[in-house]
Amino acid sequence: MTDVIEVTGLTVRYAGATALDGVDLRVGAGEMVALVGANGAGKSTLVKALSGLLRPAGGTVVVRGRLAQVPEGREMFGDLTVDDNLRLGGWRNGRHGRDTGPVYELFPELAVLRRRRAGSLSGGQQQMVAIGRALMSRPEVLLIDELSLGLAPMVVAMLVAHLRDLHASRGLAVLLIEQNARLALELCERAYVLESGRIAVHGRSADLARDPRVTAAYLGGHVAAP
Amino acid sequence: MSDLVGYVVTGLGIGAGFALVASGLVAIYRVTRVVNFAQGAFAVLAAMFTGTLLTAGLPHGVAELGGVLLGAAAGLIVGVIAIGRPGTSPGTSLIVTLGLGVLAYAIEVLIWGDQPRSYPGVPGVAEVAGARLQAHYLLILAVTGPVFAGLSWFFLRTDLGKALSACASNRYAAQIVGIDVRRMGLIAFGLGGALGGLAGVLTTPVQQVTFDSDVALIVNGFAAAVLGGLTRPVVALAGGLLLGVAQTLVAGYGGGAYQVEVALVLMLTVMIVQSARTPIAVAA
Repeated sequence: MTDVIEVTGLTVRYAGATALDGVDLRVGAGEMVALVGANGAGKSTLVKALSGLLRPAGGTVVVRGRLAQVPEGREMFGDLTVDDNLRLGGWRNGRHGRDTGPVYELFPELAVLRRRRAGSLSGGQQQMVAIGRALMSRPEVLLIDELSLGLAPMVVAMLVAHLRDLHASRGLAVLLIEQNARLALELCERAYVLESGRIAVHGRSADLARDPRVTAAYLGGHVAAP
Repeated sequence: MSDLVGYVVTGLGIGAGFALVASGLVAIYRVTRVVNFAQGAFAVLAAMFTGTLLTAGLPHGVAELGGVLLGAAAGLIVGVIAIGRPGTSPGTSLIVTLGLGVLAYAIEVLIWGDQPRSYPGVPGVAEVAGARLQAHYLLILAVTGPVFAGLSWFFLRTDLGKALSACASNRYAAQIVGIDVRRMGLIAFGLGGALGGLAGVLTTPVQQVTFDSDVALIVNGFAAAVLGGLTRPVVALAGGLLLGVAQTLVAGYGGGAYQVEVALVLMLTVMIVQSARTPIAVAA
């Protein structure tokens, strides 16, 4: 199986400080992978490197197929309507790739809000728009930066259900970058733990959930139920 | 009464010029966060060039179109120099546009000299509700109206217009979805150049143009644009028209010498009031 994301020995430095140090990470086609880490571990830097927004000091980033980003903080076009936000998500596809129908099928709640200003929506609704906007580019891999941040548990559960559907029905690969390690390990098959710019641990989520180093630092010391 | 109508219609015509300059400023600022101080120069260049084309025997319409296109080209050139280099801050770009505006003086004086120039517009006198005024003012209004309607259609209905609005709304998100924000900035500069050019081309038959006419245009255009926080085209349009009318009223009933002061007072008042609420993000 070919990898859609293949990061090898990635090193990024900001003005001398090393943000990422020899990071190896891969995401297979149709695979759901989590990247867990505390604030300042280098997650945002990795997101930028994957999106091609910065130049690494060393190593390589290979993305096969189209990568679409669901950014941290959701980054709405706040003055524009939900419909316009979605259509702009299809910008790379040109005029004919901007049919918003499939996204409204996936998120019927958004269809009702299509004429509303995106800036006036709730956090959960905005996250749906952000995911829908990313899907509009018909990506092979979705890079989700903080799915659950600032959202109510019920809203997160609903989004997770949608992601599982997408993954199952379309074979969409997902790299989920998430502070909520419990959620990330539940949702994804494999996970990486990023600490101070290095991959500290990686492996199958089920194994990581029992790994004392992970449970102590990221799961509040409790071993997740098998 | 007929005096008043005359002043108002004349003022609307003059204000339409300010509004066009202002909308150019807004178009550029929204997308790039750069206050383009070369905006008045587009009007002067376009007007001078139109005069030359008319002298060369080109018919009306074609010559004016040539002027507007030159304005667009000048806008694009200013854009390339001001924001072409990645990572240039809006503050730096502002200074660059200021410098280019002064450079335009040299070019204008070199080519067209330093004497006021004009060319004929719509001849004759029109009568509106008993007021007699130059018929050309009606042409200015007849052109400006559809231009603003077209602009709002462009920004609200077309994909390119929405992409420009997207850059204005959230630059980072625009990059994420694959919009080339620098290219959009250059398009905005081109559009701003065309709007500035149109202002010069339309108003020159009723107001002579000299190389330094840009000062009055930029002061009034900026005053109108700043009313809408430099980001709201419709407010800029209203502001421009209001300024034009206020100035002709002041000139008509008071003294003609105070026209620019009207704009300055308005601009200062608005800026002071606004800075007390939300600061205008020139260097943000």
